[in-house]
Amino acid sequence: MDKTKFQLMKGNEALAESAIRAGMKAYFGYPITPQSEILEYLSRHGAKNNVVVLQAESEIASINMVFGAAGAGARVMISSSSPGISLMQEGISYLAAANLPCVIVNVQRGGPGLGTIQPSQADYFQATKGGGHGDYHLIVLAPNSVQEMVDFVFDAFRLSEKYRVPAMILTDGALGQMMEKIVLPEFGTLPHDTPSWATTGKLKNRERNIITTLFIEPERMEVINLNLQKKYLEIQKETRIELINCDDAEIILVAYGLSSRISSRAMELAQEEGIKVGLARPITLYPFPKNEILNLSKNENVKFLVVEMNAGQMLEDVKLSVAKNSPVDFYGRMGGMIPSPEEVLAEIKSIYQHKIEVVNQ
Amino acid sequence: MNENLNGFECVYLKPQTLTDTPMHYCPGCAHGVVNRVLMEVVDEMQIQDKIIGVAPVGCSVLSYNYMNIDMQEAAHGRASAVATGVKRVLPDKFVFSYQGDGDLAAIGTGETLHTVNRGENILMIFINNGIYGMTGGQMAPTTLIGAKTTTSPFGREHNANGYPLKITELIAMLPGAYFVTRHSAHTANAVRKLKKAIKQSFEYQKLNCGTCFIEVVANCPSGWKMTPLEANEWMEKEMLNFYKLGDLKVPANQN
Repeated sequence: MDKTKFQLMKGNEALAESAIRAGMKAYFGYPITPQSEILEYLSRHGAKNNVVVLQAESEIASINMVFGAAGAGARVMISSSSPGISLMQEGISYLAAANLPCVIVNVQRGGPGLGTIQPSQADYFQATKGGGHGDYHLIVLAPNSVQEMVDFVFDAFRLSEKYRVPAMILTDGALGQMMEKIVLPEFGTLPHDTPSWATTGKLKNRERNIITTLFIEPERMEVINLNLQKKYLEIQKETRIELINCDDAEIILVAYGLSSRISSRAMELAQEEGIKVGLARPITLYPFPKNEILNLSKNENVKFLVVEMNAGQMLEDVKLSVAKNSPVDFYGRMGGMIPSPEEVLAEIKSIYQHKIEVVNQ
Repeated sequence: MNENLNGFECVYLKPQTLTDTPMHYCPGCAHGVVNRVLMEVVDEMQIQDKIIGVAPVGCSVLSYNYMNIDMQEAAHGRASAVATGVKRVLPDKFVFSYQGDGDLAAIGTGETLHTVNRGENILMIFINNGIYGMTGGQMAPTTLIGAKTTTSPFGREHNANGYPLKITELIAMLPGAYFVTRHSAHTANAVRKLKKAIKQSFEYQKLNCGTCFIEVVANCPSGWKMTPLEANEWMEKEMLNFYKLGDLKVPANQN
């Protein structure tokens, strides 16, 4: 990394700049805290970089504009925060069904309902299990730094276009608002050709291109579903996880995004007190790195502590992954509250000192 | 297609851009006619390689089976948002949406008004038959007062159901609208006028001056529980009395 190119940037703005550098052709947005800087930044810097930037009348309209632009073969992105992402779910289901690539950014805030504008991870289920109607998944990437807010835009476009699956960057209000030093990628490093299936006008030498999600005959609709499932199976090889100090750890923290940053500090504090703590950080939340977690659970006497800013959502995936090999405990805060490293440390110590047996269901 | 039939020349040909797929539209329905004249225009203007259509949920949803052009199917109500997405990234192409009254004037009202208010350079074709045909004849935003549907079985009554929405009149007020007109497709003369309006709209689209909007007041024999002939008569007497045919907004220099 060339340190002479370091810049100090806010997460949302860095992500927006990264999208421009990734060759994004169009962005459709709607204001909502805590992600409005993405729309604002692109409104200011998009046009001069030949990016179509449009503030829609609603999240519902904006996700359907994404559908149109993606179907027309453009590299396209959209961003919002939790309540806005809820509004988009119908459109996201259509995008998934139509095999349209795009990047969706969710800068999460605390819910349910209108909730709070403070950071949260409560949309994990919605992001990783489908979200809208029907059997589908998104590729879900969880950055834990402003640098990853930048880098994952490229990864999300690349994966989304490779598999023709919408990709979500699942981040939160803290990462969106915080400033960190970053290195931005160069322009022109992510080439893009108009796909052959795009609706760009029917040429004489090809059949017409139809983007549709309607297949009345159940026999055909089942084939559409089987093809989607085949793709999701193939995507499993794209799992990414960061493992720190896990080899000889007695307690492994499992956390992603902001809670992994907090857990990382808690791990250091625990090590200072002589407790062997590791950190397993899923980077792809879908596909979930279940094999990697399973392997960790085979370590002798290891216990897991899942840390999230929700009521325990990834917890379910971790429990499924460890397959009853090890106890899995949970610590979480909700509604926009951010756990402190000291709170997580207290939980670690409680597990360590009292050898709490967690019933693993 | 230019075949000779026992020495007679066939003068009424199927447009090249209309596929051979049998249409699912009910007998006597206006959709087939509108699909056809739309493709006649595409043929005549030779824009098959430059046009993208958007068909949303409703009876219009399968129109991409009949039009041999690139098309997208949109979620219910969102055709003009999808069309916006297409047009914004392909500004040199012709883009149209083809929507029914439930789609355009109920669930998609927000998208409709804002698309036109932005002056998106697309053509919106609005088939208004005053009923939800595809789902079996429920009350639409454009259902006339007194009209019986499966969800207004005693006739639409304004206290309970509100009033029929003249959305085209609302559209015509918006500065983003360039050409707004109301047609029908139940007589040869009406079809000729409709075709002219469609062609004119695509010519206007080249100018990038705003949205063109064509309402087609249409029949729905199945939904109205009438024969095609009765449906056309009722449409002429009742629908056209409320939804008056003619231009609602024409480009300024042609006033």
